[in-house]
Amino acid sequence: MADASRIHPLAGRKVANPAVTLTPAEPAARLSLRARPDAVAALSKALGVKLPEMPKRSATSKSGGRAALWLGPDEWLVIDTAGGDPLADCAKVKALHSAVDISHRNTAILVEGKGAEATLSAGCPQDLSLTVFPVGACSRTILGKIEVVIWRTGETAFRVECWRSFSAYAFDFLEEAARDAPIAA
Amino acid sequence: MLLIHCPYCDEDRPELEFRNAGEAHIARPENIAEISDEEFAQFFFIRTNPKGLIYERWRHIHGCARFFNAVRDSVSDKFLMTYKAGEKRPTVKAGEKA
Repeated sequence: MADASRIHPLAGRKVANPAVTLTPAEPAARLSLRARPDAVAALSKALGVKLPEMPKRSATSKSGGRAALWLGPDEWLVIDTAGGDPLADCAKVKALHSAVDISHRNTAILVEGKGAEATLSAGCPQDLSLTVFPVGACSRTILGKIEVVIWRTGETAFRVECWRSFSAYAFDFLEEAARDAPIAA
Repeated sequence: MLLIHCPYCDEDRPELEFRNAGEAHIARPENIAEISDEEFAQFFFIRTNPKGLIYERWRHIHGCARFFNAVRDSVSDKFLMTYKAGEKRPTVKAGEKA
């Protein structure tokens, strides 16, 4: 019998230089959630995270293991890193909504260090400075040639969510950009 | 790089996140099965393509993914204003920033 095991698309890759580290994120449960305003309260309650209703905002659960990222006026990305099952939580909600499991469509790269902002700015046309993109801000945007979701988890820490099949490109891109980060930071 | 104001994100965002989606305020005929080929062609293919002020649909595809409308000057490429889909067509004069 063939041994079928799931391999992380960025398994074994890591970049650590004095200004920035790139780490493939641990596997997580992810949801693409679409809902009209009348279902938001019920979904927030079921998920244990208050779905943000302002652009670029994110919210985390009390334990910190689950986050909801605002992507559009009726669209959120829910990320659960604590081993929970957000899809099952949404299934209990009677209000009309659409929840699609995208845990294996996406993977994430953690960009951390004082050169993190400079590294991302090499490929992202958005202003990522702290005044415009504060801690907790998130946005779907562009990195080089691909679409990503950038989430600022700390002053010098970002989570970059990209499609699994694009993750090699994203990592290569960030790795090259990280070489210049010590100069730019 | 142009900065385009997305009315849903309520922020100026880089043009790379956007995609043009043709002329705005084109109503699909309600009796589409009954109209003649000429009338259909008029609705389907013919666009005004003006020099100067143009009302367009844009999509913030690599952002909030919403469609919205914009008033743009096709000579200077300047965006005069943007507004949410479904809102009434505003009156804007050429060269005027709304």
